[in-house]
Amino acid sequence: MIEVRNAGFEIRGRKLVDNVSFSVHPGEFWAIIGANGAGKSTLIKLLSAEQALTSGSVHFHGRDLRKYKLKELAKKRAVLSQQNNITLSFTSQEIVLMGRYPFYESDPTQRDLAIVDLCLKKVGIGHLKSRLYPTLSGGEQQRVQLARALAQAWEIENGLLLLDEPTTGMDLLHQYETFRLAKELSRKNFAVIAVIHDLNQALQYADHVLMLKSGRTHAIGTPENVLTEQSIHEAFGLPVQIIQHDLTPYPVIVPHVAPSFNIP
Amino acid sequence: MLTETVNERETTAKETFQRHFLPSTTGKMAWILGSVLFACIVFSACTGALSISVRELWEIIAFKLGWIPETHVEEQKSIVFWIIRLPRVCLAVLIGAALGIAGASLQGLFRNPIADATLIGVTSGASLFAVFVIMLNVKYFGMLSELAGTYGISFVAFLGAACTTFLVYQLSKVTGEGGIATLLLCGIAINAFVGAMTGLMTYLADDAQLRNITFWNLGSLGGANWTSVMAVGPFVAISILFMPYLSKALNLLVLGESQAASLGVNMKSLKRKVIILATMGVGASVAVAGTIGFVGLVVPHMVRTLFGPNHRTLIIGSALSGAIVLTLADTLSRTIVAPSELPIGILTAMLGTPFFIYILWEQKRKRL
Repeated sequence: MIEVRNAGFEIRGRKLVDNVSFSVHPGEFWAIIGANGAGKSTLIKLLSAEQALTSGSVHFHGRDLRKYKLKELAKKRAVLSQQNNITLSFTSQEIVLMGRYPFYESDPTQRDLAIVDLCLKKVGIGHLKSRLYPTLSGGEQQRVQLARALAQAWEIENGLLLLDEPTTGMDLLHQYETFRLAKELSRKNFAVIAVIHDLNQALQYADHVLMLKSGRTHAIGTPENVLTEQSIHEAFGLPVQIIQHDLTPYPVIVPHVAPSFNIP
Repeated sequence: MLTETVNERETTAKETFQRHFLPSTTGKMAWILGSVLFACIVFSACTGALSISVRELWEIIAFKLGWIPETHVEEQKSIVFWIIRLPRVCLAVLIGAALGIAGASLQGLFRNPIADATLIGVTSGASLFAVFVIMLNVKYFGMLSELAGTYGISFVAFLGAACTTFLVYQLSKVTGEGGIATLLLCGIAINAFVGAMTGLMTYLADDAQLRNITFWNLGSLGGANWTSVMAVGPFVAISILFMPYLSKALNLLVLGESQAASLGVNMKSLKRKVIILATMGVGASVAVAGTIGFVGLVVPHMVRTLFGPNHRTLIIGSALSGAIVLTLADTLSRTIVAPSELPIGILTAMLGTPFFIYILWEQKRKRL
């Protein structure tokens, strides 16, 4: 569905993304992980066509991403980016409805409004429908934004969902619900590419993991193969231990910090 | 959310029977502001040095349209209405609408509540060119009137507005990646420069020119006649007809430039469209009436407070409210010190400022 070949992005001589290649198929959930400044957000921007590649190519549905018009792309993929400041007093419903804008001309149809309602309920804020966005808490605002991305992607067949740290500011329950939702969508033949900070969540939900280190692919593959003690230490600079507890279905990644560990 | 997911089947079954609706204030807004505007027009047409009653007004119009065979209203009142009063009211409505719509759309484009036409150089460019003409007029009057006739000033002012806006726009593309903040900063820089130039002209001007420049800088609808209405009309009409089509894109812009792009908004073309439409309306208005401050800034805030921030409502609402505000302000400006006239720019700023501060205070209070 989306094929990235030797993608590179350079700005003023600094290579933010360098020679990254991977391909995502419908029904796959990809996690992009890496330390701060590793190029995760830049990669998402390249995939969403917000930034143009400086080398290599991205093919989306078999066509060069640069050949798409923004309007076409809006009907084929949804993006949730990191910063979402809104100061004007729009209601949550109006914000989520914006996700439907690419699909109707001047007035929303009953179907559009029904999708908005459904998406609000999906992320658990059906009751905040008519609340003003600026009065919501950070986590709730993020859920409204998620609902908006969801509303945009709702009817797309083989759609692509790009999420840049989708769970910022959410509480534990809603973080897991968000990933469960993303997983559910990938079961419906969506491709989901998400920047994830919590390695345990990546391990638990992703089908594939792309680990970046200073713009380059550090490791790529299934979570079990990528998220090893060694590679995490190399990419993040933190020694970790992977523990398989008898009662949990997944291994757990914990920082391997001795009691005498001093922060230098 | 977990519980909601459990009940999902149940709720979706219910949804199919329930009609969804989007609470929209557009219709309500159009009715309220439309009727207020109509009342203001009637009020403004009736008030003045020669006062006309509503009944007389009705007879004048009906007689002209041939609905009633004869009228008892004096000929003089009829002439005052058709030749002086009506074009002036029309001009106030048109210019008010242009200023309001430009303010609303530019505030949306810049995602900045303090933006208005003044900020991107429309107004200052127009004044600079107009002041130029006033200065040169005495010396090279013959040459200019040959070129542009009596509308020399208006034409040149419009040209100035277009040039400055174009310059600001190009400059922002060169200095930055065309981001909106850059555009805004370029506008401020050019404004300062143009302001200095205008100041220099004012400094060099003699007494008669000075009076002329001052009046022009403060704005007045005193020169209204059917020709000026016809000159402004098409520009404002285009701005009002096409701007509402941009309201969806302006709404998306609220999410931020990158999110708007991911929802299909082409920033470059949106920027160009909004700036061209706003400059057309405001440039033409400044050309016939001078610089009228504050309307473009305050009116959108007023509408936003009353009817919400959705640009569909906001753009139309700002056009209507701008017309209302300017019609009332003009009525006041020509009656308050009659038989003389107060420049309308003084009135809009003097009445606008306290009102604006009140709105800001209200908004803060509401949010807490």
